[in-house]
Amino acid sequence: MTSQVNALHDHDHAHDHEHHDAGASVELGFWLYLMTDCILFASAFAAYAVLVGNVAGGVAGHDIFELKFVLVETFALLFSSITYGFAMISGHKGNKAGLLGWLAVTFLFGATFIGMELHEFGALIAEGHGPDKSAFLSGFFALVGMHGLHVTAGLIWMAVMMLEVIKTGLTGRAMTRLNCLSMFWHFLDIVWICVFTVVYLKGAI
Amino acid sequence: MFGKLTLEAIPFHEPIIMGALSGAGLLGLALIAAITKFGKWGYLWKEWLTSVDHKKIGVMYIIVALVMLLRGFADALMMRTQLAMATGGAHGIFPPEHYDQIFTAHGVIMIIFMAMPFMTGLMNIVVPLQIGARDVAFPFLNSLSFWLLVASAALVNISLGVGEFAKTGWVAYPPLSELAYSPGVGVDYYIWALQISGIGTTLTAINFLVTILKMRAPGMKLMQMPIFTWTCTWANVLIVSSFPILTGALAMLTLDRYLDFHFFTSEAGGNPMMYLNLFWAWGHPEVYILVLPAFGIFSEVISTFSGKRLFGHTSMIIASGVISVLGFMVWLHHFFTMGSGASVNAFFGIATMVISVPTGVKLFNWLFTIFRGRLRFTAPVMWTLGFMITFSIGGMTGVLMAIPGADFVLHNSLFLIAHFHNTIIGGAVFGYLAGFAFWFPKAFGFKLNERLGKAAFWFWQSGFFFAFVPLYVLGFLGMTRRLNHTDNPLWTPWLYIACIGAVLIAIGIGCQLLQLFVSLRDRKQLADVSGDPWNGHTLEWSISSPPPFYNFATLPQVHDIDAFTDMKEKGVAYDIPKQYAPIHMPKNTAAGVYIGGFTLACGFALIWHIWWLAIVGLLGIVGSMLARAYDNDKDYYVQPEEIEAIERERFEKMGIDFDRYDERDSNNRPHKAKTLEQV
Amino acid sequence: MSHAHDHAASHGSVSSYLTGFVLSVILTVIPFWLVMNGGLNPHDTLLTIAGFAVVQILVHLKYFLHLNFTKEGRINSLAFLFTALVIVLLVVLSVWIIFSADALMMPS
Repeated sequence: MTSQVNALHDHDHAHDHEHHDAGASVELGFWLYLMTDCILFASAFAAYAVLVGNVAGGVAGHDIFELKFVLVETFALLFSSITYGFAMISGHKGNKAGLLGWLAVTFLFGATFIGMELHEFGALIAEGHGPDKSAFLSGFFALVGMHGLHVTAGLIWMAVMMLEVIKTGLTGRAMTRLNCLSMFWHFLDIVWICVFTVVYLKGAI
Repeated sequence: MFGKLTLEAIPFHEPIIMGALSGAGLLGLALIAAITKFGKWGYLWKEWLTSVDHKKIGVMYIIVALVMLLRGFADALMMRTQLAMATGGAHGIFPPEHYDQIFTAHGVIMIIFMAMPFMTGLMNIVVPLQIGARDVAFPFLNSLSFWLLVASAALVNISLGVGEFAKTGWVAYPPLSELAYSPGVGVDYYIWALQISGIGTTLTAINFLVTILKMRAPGMKLMQMPIFTWTCTWANVLIVSSFPILTGALAMLTLDRYLDFHFFTSEAGGNPMMYLNLFWAWGHPEVYILVLPAFGIFSEVISTFSGKRLFGHTSMIIASGVISVLGFMVWLHHFFTMGSGASVNAFFGIATMVISVPTGVKLFNWLFTIFRGRLRFTAPVMWTLGFMITFSIGGMTGVLMAIPGADFVLHNSLFLIAHFHNTIIGGAVFGYLAGFAFWFPKAFGFKLNERLGKAAFWFWQSGFFFAFVPLYVLGFLGMTRRLNHTDNPLWTPWLYIACIGAVLIAIGIGCQLLQLFVSLRDRKQLADVSGDPWNGHTLEWSISSPPPFYNFATLPQVHDIDAFTDMKEKGVAYDIPKQYAPIHMPKNTAAGVYIGGFTLACGFALIWHIWWLAIVGLLGIVGSMLARAYDNDKDYYVQPEEIEAIERERFEKMGIDFDRYDERDSNNRPHKAKTLEQV
Repeated sequence: MSHAHDHAASHGSVSSYLTGFVLSVILTVIPFWLVMNGGLNPHDTLLTIAGFAVVQILVHLKYFLHLNFTKEGRINSLAFLFTALVIVLLVVLSVWIIFSADALMMPS
């Protein structure tokens, strides 16, 4: 009899355990994916670093970078980071409306950043400084563009998550996914710190 | 409508290719006919193709690896035949543009589509069982990784009949691989096949790292994990940290070829050397990814068949870790001759030599494990002993070439070819073949024929030396790699001997195919009823062969590195619990197959610039992913009655009375368990 | 449930996010100001902005990504440290290799 009770108890315990683990495993797996992404960015940074001087008679960084513009972009991302943090705090309190509101604000900041980046790229190409002009511009467009693609993917993911939360509420599954998106979003901020330091600031010195 | 694709892409004028294609086509048709005749399509789809069971996925990986081994080896035979015929001014059977594709395909296939899936397959079958887990952390992701591999392998094989493959060598160095010098689709096939399989490999590595970190059996500390699991863990760490570099390098080459960027071009400031640098920053860790799991296999084999605990388990783990970290500090030795300064070359040369220290530690650990053991000379042990000799030679020629001055003489000569085949065949391939024979009974429930296994080993081993020792000599005689035909009478006899070596290896492979056939025929006599055919040490041997789909009816409690030996010594190895608890299992899903299919379409479309199809493929991938993400019907519980029925059948086959198991003899061992020795 | 409690702690609070934010603003504005108006010579400017970037990355890791060395958080932090090691090896050695070759082959 005792063993039967124990077995039942073990089973319940195993149950909780599995559910707890599922979310934690997903978050760990996602973190490891982010580490692979870090290294992908590192190879783009390495390529940029060795090609930055190869302007092939064209423009160099200090000819085309506008630091005030980049500072505004940076602040758009920084604000989006803290608003995403507030969204997660609301989420953990079970405040669905708060979460959705802060996510919407985050989305707007992210979209502003992408809009500004597209504007910058568009202007450069219009002036004849496209990625086909020199190895430096290839490295620049690829590195900054890759970060921009990641932010765009994050925005799409954010929109999907907002729909999910509206439809099914703050389920465990939704919170796990929002936690992953949180890591993704803050991770992109860290990449951006490297981008504005290595590309824009160093280029403008 | 079809981009660059026209009917002219099919090489009707090449009799050898058309012959190979029709042969492959006939085989495929025969297979389809056989499956249809026996009405096995439903079984194949439900039980295998859509399976998320790590054991079945592992078996499918190994099937892909063996098929690609045959294709890659056919390429090798053609190369050796060509070089043996095209000496003394003759031109042989292959024109340069075809021969260039053969050696490129041989390298790509053997590394990416033979060795990697073989390693991944063994890891899939064995690692969850060794750590007492019921599946991997993300079973669907595992199935997806496999189907991405299939999609990329399909692209490589499609290139045989539609268009061409790269003519650049397996490293695809620019500027040769740039659009200006390789305007065809060959390099594009190369790029997309490697990209897709690389993504699958990265996902697998993440999956297994989480599995190892989160799903070990209760009581199993990290340092108590079996050595094969540990070496796979290091390999996965290396995959996670090096494959993104390949992804990055190939993405830059893609931008160069598709969008007129200038990363590696020879004009507008591009720097081809940066590609070499990034490629080998992945490429060198990659060879440790291949060989570390093989080291793990040799450790398991030598410890099991010596009947002893592995000597220096902890030092083995640390040595693997040191190899992994040093593996990121040696990549320049692949291009000492590129023109970096003496201090750069010296740094990488010394770092390369340092790696032989942890590798030496391992070799001594294996020797000390054998020392005073009772080594049983089974086929896996033969492969292991063959490895210890062959790999040591390969290691020594490697250290020789780690000296930049010596490398300037030997770079790109056949000496190099002999060296890396010495380490990759003698190290990785011998290891996988040992693992194949060692764990085959676990996966299928019957052992492989021992005689043919040993015959295969001897043909491989002698064939190896016949094929590659001449290449060392040819390297010293000044013959470089990737030559289509030669005109030097000094080289001719050595080229003949190398060709004989390739034929001997072909006989070895023939023995292995025959071995599979004979063993399947004699499966009743070779059956492994106990689940523990070799008196194993680790948890995979504690369950039946083949294991039930849930692996462990109750999760084992681990107290020791050799967890199963410990259980056998304590007499609890075949304990039957009073009652089984329901088991949580994932359901099979076809999502991986669909995503693999869309990826194949997308990759093919990108190669041929069929933009609408690329968009359709991409939308299909995203759509299938979303559908899977919002599918709520992913798992179920196996009920205790079903588990009990399966376990009862197993124990009754072993002669243990399932119901009267509680009755104990004077040694407190289960009454009937003694009959086990009679089984 | 202790589990819910753990989660709240590992996901930060309003005040910790605000701390991180204020620090990030400072660590962003100073390097921008230095480059736009600063009087330092290029070499010192470069070193200073690199230092600020490293500190800001650490701030983000602590306040936004909540990396820590508790029992649950340790593996994430170790994974990051290993990745950082690989990144340093990859970037530093690559730049060294290519610059060395450039210096020997393209004397300017």
